[in-house]
Amino acid sequence: MVSSSPSRPRQFAGLFAKAAPAVMSVGLLLVAWELYANYSGIKPTILPAPSRVFEQAMLNREALIDNAIPTIRATLIGFACSLGAAFALSMLVDFFQPLRRALFPVFIVSQTLPLVAIAPLVVLWFGFGLMPKVMLVALVTFFPMLVALVQGYEATEVEIGQMLRAMGAGRWRIFMLARLPSALLYFFAGLRISITYAVVGAIFAEYAGAAKGLGIYMLNAKNNFRPDLVLAAVGVSAALTLILFGLTALLQRLAMPWERIGRQPAGQGR
Amino acid sequence: MSRLELRHVRKAFGGLDVLGDISLSVGAGEFVSILGPSGAGKSTLFQLLTGAEHGEGEMLFDGMPLDDHGRHFAFMPQRDALMPWRRILDNTTLGLEVQGVKRKAARARVAPLFAEFGLAGFERHFPAQLSGGMRQRAALLRTVVQERDMLLLDEPFGALDALTRAAMQRWLEQMWRHHRWTALLITHDVREAVFLSDRIYVLSARPARVLREIRVPLPRPRDPSAAQQAGAVEAEILDILLNPQPSKGHDHD
Ligand SMILES: Nc1ncnc2c1ncn2[C@@H]1O[C@H](COP(=O)(O)OP(=O)(O)OP(=O)(O)O)[C@@H](O)[C@H]1O
Ligand SMILES: [Mg+2]
Repeated sequence: MVSSSPSRPRQFAGLFAKAAPAVMSVGLLLVAWELYANYSGIKPTILPAPSRVFEQAMLNREALIDNAIPTIRATLIGFACSLGAAFALSMLVDFFQPLRRALFPVFIVSQTLPLVAIAPLVVLWFGFGLMPKVMLVALVTFFPMLVALVQGYEATEVEIGQMLRAMGAGRWRIFMLARLPSALLYFFAGLRISITYAVVGAIFAEYAGAAKGLGIYMLNAKNNFRPDLVLAAVGVSAALTLILFGLTALLQRLAMPWERIGRQPAGQGR
Repeated sequence: MSRLELRHVRKAFGGLDVLGDISLSVGAGEFVSILGPSGAGKSTLFQLLTGAEHGEGEMLFDGMPLDDHGRHFAFMPQRDALMPWRRILDNTTLGLEVQGVKRKAARARVAPLFAEFGLAGFERHFPAQLSGGMRQRAALLRTVVQERDMLLLDEPFGALDALTRAAMQRWLEQMWRHHRWTALLITHDVREAVFLSDRIYVLSARPARVLREIRVPLPRPRDPSAAQQAGAVEAEILDILLNPQPSKGHDHD
């Protein structure tokens, strides 16, 4: 049994206290925007008030949901592919150090490619289906994940490695027992960053051409002079990103219980 | 009938001479300390013994050259090297797990030792939940359950406060009397070396050489009543460390 874990209501109260400043600053921003849109005489076709954006979002919710689904699908599939590839490659690089010097420059270059140029090309090559979106999501998330994992392995305490070797563990054993768990913290840090890239990547790919998706929805709304609908779609993508972000945080809590429990010392003992 | 025997062991990292010339031996059931200034190369010596690094000279165990295959040592690194993600129980079974002992059997083997090591009730805790002294005892437990021929302890109490350290030294002395491990301890605490050891090798600063080998004449159990005698030995060692005479060399054999 774990000695002390905070009770549920207290946990929620704590969460609320933590979220309060963020909620307040966002609220303040919305109020200022609302006031400006209503009283400055700016046209709603240029800058719609947040109340109007919300109202239109509700009216068009079916279309929004309909377009959000392909975006979610592309994000998740692309991210899963990139995770798998990053994992496999990080292990290869960890076991064969020279590979690192051979491959990293290529990946760094891949990160400097401007999405604006790449997205239309990928769509041109692979069509309007799921494939090009998945590829773009993977492209933008792969390198951050790879770097996070490789750095995480390197963060293994030298003494732990030395001790395991003295115990008779081989490289694979040391990797599984020490290097992989040591990388968890870095892995989750990378995960939080790349999951936000992932959504943006998917939307960008759709912007370049898609049958359905938040990206193409934004493009059409813009072409129809409906900034309110563009902003509504932006709101959906922001909510999506926040949810995914929250899920990674939750996953981390589940995967690394010692990080949480370790913070609360267990009383006595010399 | 020494178990471990080192003859003229040297080690350099690049151009840096770390171990100048080390010859020492450890007999069966003997507690031997290596005492030397910080940065002398003490941990490096353990790296050679555990096969993490290779040097020159002869290293024999029971008369046979040490190689990577014979696993004679249970090694406790300078920092406790507990895995933060494993509960104490699973940390202490690590060595057995690597040896291929099944989890259940490994747990059954360490469980009875928890009380003796002052860790009863903390089996399911994570290392971050333990005090410094408890962590060191957990690391020590992880080391001794491997049941190797010999213990290599690298400054096991170096990171502890003075009071905890004194308590741990007494505890370890008592444990040693009970178990009679063959042990080689690294320390730069003169009092600790005198209190725990049968013999002490005093090393020079880098490149490390054996300045003197000292047999500790104190009876066991070591207790505070022998403080005066211990004080004399401590003073002698401090004198050697602070006024090293290069001509002395190592005077054993
Ligand atoms: N892998 C390595 N590569 C290069 N230099 C090293 C390596 N390991 C140790 N050294 C050097 O060897 C010297 C001795 O290091 P070592 O850790 O053995 O000292 P020590 O006697 O254990 O010191 P302390 O008492 O502070 O632990 C240091 O100058 C260190 O920088
Ligand atoms: Mg050291």
